[in-house]
Amino acid sequence: MSMLSIRALSKRFGGLQVLQEVSLEVPGGSIFGLIGPNGAGKTTVFNLVTGLLQPSSGALAFQGRDLNGIAPHRITRLGIARTFQNIRIFRDMTLLQNVMVGMHHLMDYGPLALFFATPACRDAEKSARERALELLSWVKLDHKAALTADNLSYGEQRKLEFARALATEPKLLLLDEPVAGMNPAEKSVLMEEIRNIRDRGYGIFLIEHDMRFVMGLCDRIAVLNFGRIIAEGTPEDIRNHPDVIEAYLGREDAAGAAA
Amino acid sequence: MEGFADFWATYSTLIFTVGIHALLAFSIWLTLACGLLSLANAAFMGIGAYTAALLTLQLNWPFPVVLAAGSMAPAVVALAIGVPTLRLSGVYLCMATLAFGEVSRVVILNLDITGGPEGLNGIPLTTQWWHIALILALVGYGLARLRRSRVGRAFEAIKEDEVAARLMGIDVDRHKLFAFTLGAVIAGLAGALNAHYTFFISPREYGFENAVDILTMTVLGGISSLIGPLLGATILTLLPELLRFLHSYRLAVNGVILVLVVLFLPTGLWDGRRIRAWFERRGGGR
Amino acid sequence: MLEQQLLNGLTLGSVYALFALGFTLIFGVLAVINLSHGAVFMVGSYAALFVVTHFAAPLWLGLIAAMLVSGFIGLGVDVLILKPLRARNAPHLIPMIATIGVTIILTNAIQGLFGVEVQRFPEEVLPAADFVVGEVHVRALEIGIVAIAFLLMALLFFALKKTQLGRALRAIAESPKTAALLGIDVEGLFHLTSFAAAALGGVAGVLIGLDFNAITPFMGQPILLKGVAVIVLGGMGDIRGALIGGLFLGFAEVFSKGYISSQIGDAVAFGLLFLILLIRPSGLFGRVLERKG
Repeated sequence: MSMLSIRALSKRFGGLQVLQEVSLEVPGGSIFGLIGPNGAGKTTVFNLVTGLLQPSSGALAFQGRDLNGIAPHRITRLGIARTFQNIRIFRDMTLLQNVMVGMHHLMDYGPLALFFATPACRDAEKSARERALELLSWVKLDHKAALTADNLSYGEQRKLEFARALATEPKLLLLDEPVAGMNPAEKSVLMEEIRNIRDRGYGIFLIEHDMRFVMGLCDRIAVLNFGRIIAEGTPEDIRNHPDVIEAYLGREDAAGAAA
Repeated sequence: MEGFADFWATYSTLIFTVGIHALLAFSIWLTLACGLLSLANAAFMGIGAYTAALLTLQLNWPFPVVLAAGSMAPAVVALAIGVPTLRLSGVYLCMATLAFGEVSRVVILNLDITGGPEGLNGIPLTTQWWHIALILALVGYGLARLRRSRVGRAFEAIKEDEVAARLMGIDVDRHKLFAFTLGAVIAGLAGALNAHYTFFISPREYGFENAVDILTMTVLGGISSLIGPLLGATILTLLPELLRFLHSYRLAVNGVILVLVVLFLPTGLWDGRRIRAWFERRGGGR
Repeated sequence: MLEQQLLNGLTLGSVYALFALGFTLIFGVLAVINLSHGAVFMVGSYAALFVVTHFAAPLWLGLIAAMLVSGFIGLGVDVLILKPLRARNAPHLIPMIATIGVTIILTNAIQGLFGVEVQRFPEEVLPAADFVVGEVHVRALEIGIVAIAFLLMALLFFALKKTQLGRALRAIAESPKTAALLGIDVEGLFHLTSFAAAALGGVAGVLIGLDFNAITPFMGQPILLKGVAVIVLGGMGDIRGALIGGLFLGFAEVFSKGYISSQIGDAVAFGLLFLILLIRPSGLFGRVLERKG
C-alpha cells in the first residue's frame, strides 16, 4: 500500500482550475519527485496534502487514512512534515529552539508538571534538547545551535528548515524546492543527505526545478502541467516521454538549441 | 525604623499600585507573546473586581475564595468570547476585544447590583502587601516556567508565523485560547486584589483608557522577557507622579510614549538581544 | 411616531455612514485600521466650535475649519507615523497600537485645552427653522445634516468611480506594488487619502455635535467602536458596505432606543459586531483581509 494516495484531486480558485483530476501514489521509503513548469500547481498539491487548503473534489489518504477536512496540525501529527519554497523558519528564535518547536507534539507534559518542574518535565525537555542537537548535527549546523536563526546564510536556513521538519518525526517528508538558490556543491551535499534520510526509512516527496537534481535523486517522478499529470514513471521513462519533452524539457532544449 | 514607617506611609499606595500594574502588564504580556493584541484586559480586571467585591459585600465569603472567584469569572467570559473570535485574524480580535470592553463597561454601568455609575463602596481593606507580593511572585514564576517550556516555544512560533506553527503540529487555536484565558485570570486576580485595597470601585476604572495604559506599560517595557512588563509597569506608575506639573496633559504622555516606542524602540526598553549585543561591543568583542 | 423615528434614524445613520466611509477608505487604500479616526472626529467638532465661538463665524466656516484641522491631523499621522512603519514593513498590529497612542494624545490635549464639561454650539449659529410635515417634526438642522452627509458621500463615490484619481486609488487598494509599477504616486495618494478621510471624519464630528447638541473630549470613543462595527458589518474596505452599514446601524440604534430601551440602544452596535464576527466575518460585501503585495 502506498504511503500517500492522491485520487482525482481537483482544486478551483474562483474561476481558475488549478488542479485537474490529479492522481498519484507516493510510496514509503523512496524519493518521489513532482516536476513541472512554473504555475503548474505543484505547491498547491502540497498545500492540499498538508491541510492548508481543502480540495474542490477528489480524495487524499495517508497510510489508508482519509485526510479530508483534517486540520493541518493534526495532519502533521499523523506523520507528514513539510518545508517551504520561501523558507519559513522562526527568525527570532535560536536554531535549537526552531528544531525543538518541531518536537512540540511529541512532548506531552501538562501545565502542572510544567509549574512544579517535575522530573518528568525536565527529562522531556532534556531529551528533546539532545534530539534537537542530533538533528542539527545531521545537517552540520550543531555548532551554531545557540545563534538566532536570522544569522544564517540562505543555504543554512534551508538546512535548518529541513532539520526542523525531521524533528516532527514524520513518516513522509514534503520538500518544496529544497535546493533553490544553492550552488552545485551545496546541492550535492543535500542530495546525499536526502538519500541518507530515505535510507533511514523516511518517505520523501519533493518538488523541484533542477532537472539534474531530480533525475539523479528520485526513484519515481511525476510531471504536472497546467494542473494535470502528463507523465509518471522512472527517471528514464520521463526523460524519453514525448509529452514531457514537449511541455517542459522541450522548452529547455529549444532554449539550448537557440543559444 | 521611624524612617521606614514614614516612607511606607507616604509611598505604600504607590508600591501597591506598581504591584497591581505589574500583574496587569503580565496579563497583557501573555497575549502579546502569542501575537494577540487584546484590549479586553481592563474589562477582565473589572469583572474580577466586581465579582470579588460583590461576594465580599453581599455574602461575606473568605478572602481566598473571593480571590479565586474573582479570577475565574473573567476566565469564563474569556472562553465565551475567545472561542468564536480567536480563530479570526489578529485585527478582528483586537476590534472584538475593543467592543467587548465597551459592552462590559456599559453593562456594569447599567446594572443595579453593581451600583451603577456610583460603583461599589465600603469594600473591606483585606489586601496586604504580602498578598500582592506573593501572587506577583507566583505569577512571575509560572510565566517564566511557561516561557522555557514547549508552550512558550509554541507561543513564539505562533507569534512569528501561524501557518508554520500549525505545520509543526501545534494546535494554534487552543494555544491562543489558553493565552487569552490565562491573561483574563491574571487580570481578574489583579482586579480582585485592587478592589480590596482601594475600598471603592467604579466602572470608570476599567475602560478603554485603562486598557491602553496596561498595553503601554507592556509595550514600553518590551515583551522579549518578563522583565519588560515589570519595568514598564514601574516606570508608567511612577511617571505621572513626577509629571504632576503637566496637569491634565500628563495623561497625554502615555500616548506619546506609545507612539515613540512603536516608532523608535519597537522591542521595548528591555530587549535581551540588544542588551547582550551592547555588552559584547563594550567588551571589545573578545 | 414611526416616521419621526425614521427621520431620526436617517439623520444618525447618515453621519455614521460618513464616519465609516473615512474609516473604510483608510483601510481599503492603506490597509491599516486607523484607530485615531474617532479622535479626529472629535477634534473636528472642537475646531468648528472654536471658530464659531471665538471668531463669531457662520457654521459653514466652522465646517471648513473642521475639515482642514482634522484633515491635517490625519495627514500628519500618515507622514510622521504610518509612513515610517510602512517603510519598515511592520506587521498589521503595530500601526494599530501607534494610532491608539495618537487617540490618547489628542483626547488628553483637547481635555487640557477645553476642559471636560459638555460644550454646545451657540444658539445663534444653529438653523432655527423647523416645520411640521404631517405628524413629523422636522428640524432644518436635520435636513442640513442629512444633506451635507449625503453630498460628501456622493462626491466621494463620484471621485472613486469616475475620476482618474479614483481609479488610481482602486488600483492601490488591489495591489500597491502593481500600482507603483503603473506609475501611480502611491505615497502621495496615501497622504491624500489620509487627509481626505480624516477631513470627512471631522465633518462627521461637527454633524454629530450639532445633532446631539453636545461636544465632549470623549465623544470619539463610542463613535470609533460604532465605526468598527459598521465596517465589519459592511465588509472592511468596501465603500458601499460602509454606507449601507452606517445607515442600518443608525436605524437599528434609534429603533432599539425607542422601542426597547435606551441602554440597549448603545449596545446594539456591539451586539451586531459580535454577531457578524460569529456568522460572517467578512461582512456583507466582504473582502479578504490580506491583500497581494
